[in-house]
Amino acid sequence: MYNYSDFDDAFVRARVAQFAQQVERRLDGSLTEDEFRPLPLMNGLYLQLHAYMLRVAIPYGTVSPRQMRQLAMIADTWDKGYGHFTTRQNIQFNWPKLPDVPAILAALADVEMHAIQTSGNCVRNVTADHFAGAAADEIEDPRPYAELLRQWSTDHPEFQFLPRKFKIAITGSPNDRAVTRAHDIGLRMLRNAAGETGFEVLVGGGLGRTPMIGQVVRDFLPVADLLPYVEALLSVYNSFGRRDNKYKARIKITLHETGKEELSRLIEEKFTELRRQFGGNDQRLLADIRAAFAPPVFRTASTDSFDAFYSADPVFRAWADTNLAPHRHPDYAIVTISLKAHGKTPGDATSHQMRLIADLAERHGHSDLRISHEQNIILPHVHKSDLPALHAALSQAGLATANVGLISDIIACPGMDYCALATARSIPIATQIAQRFKTLDIEHDIGPLKLKISGCINACGHHHVGHIGIPGLDRAGVENYQITLGGDGTQTAVIGEKTGPGFAYSEIVPAVERLILAYLNLRLSPEETFLTTFRRLGMLPFKDALYIEKDAHHAA
Amino acid sequence: MTPRAFAKVVTANDLRIGDVVYLTADDRWTRHHHLAELIEDEAHAQMRLLHAIAQKSVIVGAYLADARQGGRGPEPVHFREAFRTRGPSNYAHGKQADHV
Repeated sequence: MYNYSDFDDAFVRARVAQFAQQVERRLDGSLTEDEFRPLPLMNGLYLQLHAYMLRVAIPYGTVSPRQMRQLAMIADTWDKGYGHFTTRQNIQFNWPKLPDVPAILAALADVEMHAIQTSGNCVRNVTADHFAGAAADEIEDPRPYAELLRQWSTDHPEFQFLPRKFKIAITGSPNDRAVTRAHDIGLRMLRNAAGETGFEVLVGGGLGRTPMIGQVVRDFLPVADLLPYVEALLSVYNSFGRRDNKYKARIKITLHETGKEELSRLIEEKFTELRRQFGGNDQRLLADIRAAFAPPVFRTASTDSFDAFYSADPVFRAWADTNLAPHRHPDYAIVTISLKAHGKTPGDATSHQMRLIADLAERHGHSDLRISHEQNIILPHVHKSDLPALHAALSQAGLATANVGLISDIIACPGMDYCALATARSIPIATQIAQRFKTLDIEHDIGPLKLKISGCINACGHHHVGHIGIPGLDRAGVENYQITLGGDGTQTAVIGEKTGPGFAYSEIVPAVERLILAYLNLRLSPEETFLTTFRRLGMLPFKDALYIEKDAHHAA
Repeated sequence: MTPRAFAKVVTANDLRIGDVVYLTADDRWTRHHHLAELIEDEAHAQMRLLHAIAQKSVIVGAYLADARQGGRGPEPVHFREAFRTRGPSNYAHGKQADHV
């Protein structure tokens, strides 16, 4: 992975020192609340419902075992012994005290981490396919480009005060696991007819109160043109994005109001001007970065023990069937460690679990770890012969839940249990749904299903692109949960449709159960997934299950 | 339907710890909602809020929250304020940790 240069290290430490002084001046009263307010946000610190929250960047979801151990140390020393992995591949600490934050930031700097640009109207953490560098379907590892974008966007003087926050996602695979179509900029790698690599550039995707799927502004951008093109795009947005209305300030609205043709023309015009100025420096930098992402030296060994365990041990087999993904090396597998044990908070890991995962990454995973936007942890390179031992070690720590991609592998934002912006809770809905389907023991029968929950309209839980989405709202002073169906966050991205009136806190889990039982009755075969069935039949039979059956039950 | 009578408490977060606090009638900050001053006069509420905001090195984010008189003292009206008196629902952290 990329290691900090002396410049990076000095920059991050200078920012820690600055913020330490700012905190000191706030605590001694020399800075007022208003004067201080923007400063924590520039360092990832928010005031939430019950405490402060520190959001630490995990660039493109890649983290080393050493960094993971430091996160565990921070959780134990200054927080409550756990961390929460987020839908932007970051980690949040829910209980830091303001006077301790400079020490936490210094501890992060010690392992080449920081919390800069994890909030505010700037370019946020660039997210990437969590299987990057390992996936069997990948054209090229997208992380060198993500790192190039990270270096370019960090403290970029022109883009520190954009009209609104700005999110970039990148994937090197045709199968989009990075939700690129729901980002301000989505970059999807392709090969052209000549076999050269480039990006399909999508602009104006986003969830939140005005969910939109990104539109293609460039069918094929040669990889060498990435930085000048993205800079041109940001520059146009910085000039034309609205600053008069926060709710109309994202680039999706600029795209909508300016029109794709005109916006593309403005970007291309600026790109022509900027491209000359880069003068190849970006390509020299990229070459250095690329070297840091060289793949590990894969091991040659027999995979017989994997095959033997797979046929002999049903628990191992169930885990292997759900939690492994194809690696580009035939003797290897990509392991997803589920942070969705039934009844536990999605995305939370204790410091003990973090340390164990760091150890296992060193022992079995070429010291590589990823955080997925689906709030799980990935070991991208595990030789198949190591899988039985890995599974046994994970089982000991409550980390071997065999549910990746199933109904209990729920994305849930922190919701009103932590977040100051939330309008309803999301965590307890997620834990209750997971437990209910465990009790029914039908989640493997249900098969692939993406259920995503947000505690407000801002959609951090990506509910719009869930096959089943649940946004929680405050309706007349009571928590209320709507349902959306048919959303899709992949290369065939779609925004889910609202079913109708929402459900009370106590009604939402039974409502999801009715939906799923209806699906099981409606599907043509066990191979027809929930999403496929929904696409074939449309909303009506699911609405009937949600609302008519509910009324029938009430009338009985 | 008669309009609901005006009743508020001044609430904020502790500047250092972030914990939820409430302003008492005798100008202290308490961690307990039921010990807060229940303010039933709008002009007085604004005065108390200004008084709270002025304590910039003690608290952050002061505002007026709806409340009502309960058996032990003021109680929250909205569920968000009820959550703020306890802590999150997934762990026994925050204020509720003191009661277990």
